[in-house]
This record gives sequence, structure tokens and C-alpha cells, in this order.
Amino acid sequence: MIEGDPLRRVLYVDLTKKIFYIKDRKDLFEKWLGGVGVGIQLLLEECPPGIDPFSPENPIIFTVGPLNGLFPVASKTIATFKSPHTGNLGESHAGGRSAIAIRMAGYGGIVIKGKSEKPVYIVVDGDKVYFRDASALWGMSTFATGRVIRENERGAGFRTIMRIGKAGEELITYSSVTTETYRHFGRLGLGAVFGSKKLKAVVVVGKRQLPVSSGREYRILYDKIFKLVVESPAMRKYHELGTPENVIPLNKIGALPIKNLKEASSSEAENISGERILRDYLGRRIACSHCPTGCIHIAALREPYKDEPYFYKTSMISYDYEPIYALGTMLGIFDPEGFLKLLDEVEKIGMDAMSTGVILAWATEAFEKKLISKEETMGLELKWGDYETYIFAVRNILKGENEFYRALRRGVEYASSIYGGKEFAMAMGGNEMPGYHTGPGCHIGALVGSRHGHLDNAGYSIDQDMLKKNRILSPEELGAAILKEEGWRQILSSLVLCFFARGIYTPEIVSETLRVSGFELSPAELQELGEKIHKEKYKFKLKEGFSFEDLRIPERIFQTKSALGEISKEYMMKTIEYIKKKLV
Amino acid sequence: MKLVVVETEKCIGCESCMFACSRRAGEGGLSKTCISVRSVGGMERGFVVVVCRACEDPPCANVCPTGALERRKGGGVVFRSSKCNGCPYCVSACPIGAVFWDSESNKPMICVACGYCVPYCPYGVLEIEK
Repeated sequence: MIEGDPLRRVLYVDLTKKIFYIKDRKDLFEKWLGGVGVGIQLLLEECPPGIDPFSPENPIIFTVGPLNGLFPVASKTIATFKSPHTGNLGESHAGGRSAIAIRMAGYGGIVIKGKSEKPVYIVVDGDKVYFRDASALWGMSTFATGRVIRENERGAGFRTIMRIGKAGEELITYSSVTTETYRHFGRLGLGAVFGSKKLKAVVVVGKRQLPVSSGREYRILYDKIFKLVVESPAMRKYHELGTPENVIPLNKIGALPIKNLKEASSSEAENISGERILRDYLGRRIACSHCPTGCIHIAALREPYKDEPYFYKTSMISYDYEPIYALGTMLGIFDPEGFLKLLDEVEKIGMDAMSTGVILAWATEAFEKKLISKEETMGLELKWGDYETYIFAVRNILKGENEFYRALRRGVEYASSIYGGKEFAMAMGGNEMPGYHTGPGCHIGALVGSRHGHLDNAGYSIDQDMLKKNRILSPEELGAAILKEEGWRQILSSLVLCFFARGIYTPEIVSETLRVSGFELSPAELQELGEKIHKEKYKFKLKEGFSFEDLRIPERIFQTKSALGEISKEYMMKTIEYIKKKLV
Repeated sequence: MKLVVVETEKCIGCESCMFACSRRAGEGGLSKTCISVRSVGGMERGFVVVVCRACEDPPCANVCPTGALERRKGGGVVFRSSKCNGCPYCVSACPIGAVFWDSESNKPMICVACGYCVPYCPYGVLEIEK
């Protein structure tokens, strides 16, 4: 790496003692680049084995990488922590202005430990950290918190405001951290770790130059990549319809989970498609810092006040494919307005939209099957498509109204262990499933993925490839494809690039960009490093008790036909066995 | 010549123009930018794009005590670094906040209307007006 690059600096913040210090961690960044590569090393250093995720010792680690601030679409920050949702590796990625702000503040990483006695928010402004009293902000929504801090602090346009809503304060294990109102560290409960530390928000402000090995080469390479980004059809798709463009194609091939995956397509899906929401509700499109794509789609929902004529409110709600799946199709909601209202509620309180939807879907089916009754739901009659009841259910979860809702605060894995219905409790590795039923690949991918999410290795994409080519891979081939993809993604998320640009940042291009940043790594060396990082994550997972043998596969995925037909359990087990051998 | 904001509503807040402006110095990052993009108090309401409007009677030049900001023909200013004492009156004189500060040289930075940023906005928010 280049000597003067501030990437090597790691800021350590202790919320108990309200102190901070900066360490030179050139050792880590030179070896592991940044992002997830460095994040997992810091987690191995900082997180004592076997701790309670809510203990003050659980570190919150934010890392960025060498390409942030240098090249377009390097717009992501990695958060690493011990997850209160799975009790194991917590890793979550978000964009907004977070990555640029951290890099521009002069850091490659920020490690936050300890626990404040009183609610606090911290401001990282260049070399200083300010501890601000957040007592008056406690209990506020993610939106209101952003509004207050925006006015209190300097640095508009050069800062990130990462905050939690009430869900995080209440330690709901799938609470998210919201950044720039519309992006999230969504999965695995970073919000609850914030809450356990009485940390309402983290603001980072910065503005600086970054050295490059050659100014001339930098500009030439930048232009080449920029052109690819704005002209590639792959990126255009994210700009135009955004991720919701997936709804119709997935529905068509029979891979769109409907009503807790009782079905995998619906004649009503078009009503809640990207096309439909764009036509009737799209209010604005925005972007993460340093990404010209602008994939963030915000719907404008205009509603009259029932009791006040001539009074309207217009809510601006950002939507994506995964929320449409989880809070839409999975719940049998095909009315875009109902979906947007439910999403808005979830956003305000700061819960992970994906987990919330899957939990409500399980609860609805459990209610249908009489595993629970109105006694548990406190009078709510949960039924597919009834978004108003779901909004009340979300509020009950937030308040932890009774034992049942308190169980729902811990996810579907836990709730089904108490009330039954495991076969339709749609979680993989303890994390609620993503919105794909493309074939075996998507589910295996989520089961073995280090975060148990769809972006770990994009198994759904391998499935769709098999469908297109009409050729089913052998278990070994599928296992190898999943491992290769997850290995390479460790590099993308160490730099830290948005996965949407994966088609542009080929190993060759990544190698070139890294040279500008003072790293000499060939495409082959990069792939090898990616695999190594992947194994480092597994080191942590195994240490914390993860075992392939304990993986639970919900029976439902075998009952509902996928895009690739009926999924064979034996095929899945063989593939998982192959992956296990390669990883452990 | 001047840089103009043609259609603020089309700005998606990606800041590619700011990075471009800063990159003219041959480095990455943002600190040399003479463009400011920030949200209108929350991204849902869109963005404010601040660039030097190249005033015919520039307030920044009017308050400069050392004559470092010379009036440019056709509007705007030319910055003479050797004359600047770093007082920063020009920064506070500009009502739209288009005089930026270079904390390394401790001197102002003002758009020179070079147009380098323009092609980096894929949505046509910025233009050079001749």
C-alpha cells in the first residue's frame, strides 16, 4: 500500500470510558486489503470467544478498503460483530455515504467497544471523537434521529449518520442500522448491538485527498471504469427499475416465494412489480456516494388524513426487491400501497425488513394451522394480504406485548422452537431466508454462506444459470461454483465494491485498480486471497459453535416446486458435504 | 464561460462531479473539490448543487483585501495565489457558499469553469455555458 494512505489507521472507541485512540494497522491492511478481510481479523482479535453478543465486549467494527474514495461504485462499508440473531458471525454491508465518509475522515477501520451508561451518539470528525448525550433522542424513529443529528452536526455532503430506531434500543435481534435514511446494515442485528451499548448513532465526517501511485494512470483507469459503469446494460438495469425488476422474471420461472413459500408464483405478482411501483409511486432516485448508478428507488405515498379533510401526508419510502418479497409476496400482499405502508412502519422502528416479513409469514401460517390462536396474537387475526393487521403485529413485536411477541423478537428459528411449525419456519442457519426459490443453489448458498444471506455466494444466480443452459450441475460442481463465487466476493467486499458492479470489476480490472492504490496482486493471487478470507470467517464461525451437522433445512423447500423443479434433499446434502470438506 | 446547474432535480447525489473536480489534482478523494452536493435536509427532498455562478460583480473579489481575486472577463474571478494572505473573507462573502477552502494551502478554491466535471454527470445536471 502507499505509505501516506490513511487506510492503515484504525480508530478505537471505548464507550465505557469515553476515550479513543488511533493505531497504525498497516500489518492488517497490507495482508488483508480492508473491508471483510480486515474486518474478520479485527473480530478475531477483539471478540472474546463465547461472549454474549450484548456484552460490552462485543465489538462493532466498521471497515472500508483501498478502492473507496478512489474508484466509482466502491461505495460500501462492512460492519463486523457477533450477531445477537444467530449467536455467530455478524457481518452486514451498507452504502449511503458511510464508506466515503469513513475513508475521507482518514480511517480504514473503526472499532467501537464498551457500553455507555447513558444513551450516547458519537461524532468522528477527522482526528477527533465527540461523545454526545443522546438521552433526548432515545425512543426516536430512525427518521427523526437523522433529522435532529443533521441539524446538530457539521459536514453536510461529507458525512454519514448511521443510527438505530426503537427496535435496536429494544434489543430485537434483527434490528438494523439505518444510514442516510434509505440504506441499511440490515441483516443479523447490528442495530441491537448498538442498542446494547446505548449507542443511538455514529456520525463520521471527513474530506481529504487520497494518494495514488500515478496520477496519470489513475485518471485513465478511472475513465475506463466510469464509462463501463454508466454504459453497461447491467448497471442500467439497477438505475431504471432497480432491484425490483426481479419480481416479474422470478414469478415467471416460479421462484418467487409467496405466502411463506406455500407457492412460488402468483397471478397477482405483477401488481407489486418494479414496473408497477415505478409507474404509480416512484418519487425520486438517489445514489450512494461515488456511484453514478443511482439504484435507490424512493416511492412517494400520498395519503389523506381520515379525519381531516384537505390534509395529506406524503411519505417517501425506499423500496427494493427484498422488501417487496418479504413484506409483500411472502405475506400475500399484492397491493403496493399496503406493502409501502407496512415497509414504512418497519423502517421507522428500524427492523430488518427481510427477517420481519419471514417471521410474520411463519406466524400467519402457524395461526392458520392453529399452532397459535388469538390468545397468542392478542386478538389479531393474521391473514395473508391483510397489511393493516400486520402493522399492528409489528407494533406488538416492538412492544414485546406478551410471551408470543417476545418470542417473535428473537426470530423465526426461536419462535418455532417454542410454538412448533419448524417445517415452515423459513430460516437458513438461523437467518430468515431471502427471496428466492430458484432451485437447490439458492438454499444451499444461504445455508453454507458465511452470513446465511443471498449475497454471500448468489446461489440463486447459479440456479438461474442452470435453468437457462438447461443443465443441472453435479453436487460437486454446484459446491465448487458456490465456493468460487463466495471466495471472489471476499475480494469485492474487501475493497469495498458494491456487488452490483461485479460484472465490471473483473479480477483483471481489480488487479489494475489495486496497482493504482499501491497493491501488487495478480488475478490469481486475488482469488487465492479471497478463499483465504472466506476460511478466516469460518475459523470464527467454528470457534463460536457453528457446525454443518446442525444446519436445519425447512421441509417447505422440498414441498414447493422450485424453478428447477422439485428439490432433492439428497442432492442438497451431498453438495453441503462437499462444501464442508473444502472449507473445514 | 461558466459552469451552470441545469436541472437540480435530476441530481441523484452521487457526488461523481465532486470526485472529478478533486481528481484534477491527480489524486483521489474529495478535498480539492469546488463543487458541493448535499441533501436538502434529507435525501428524500433531493439535493442542493453549489457551484460558482461566475458573478459579474463578484462579492468575493469585492472583499478581498489583497487583490488576489481578480475579475475575469465575462464574469467570475481569477485567483492569484501569490497575492493571497489566507484571510478567508471571500468564503464568508459568497452568499451561496461557492468559495471552498483548501486546508493544505490555507487558501480559497473557486471553480475555474474548466468543465472537467461535466461529463462525469450522467444525468446532465451540469453544463458549461459559453
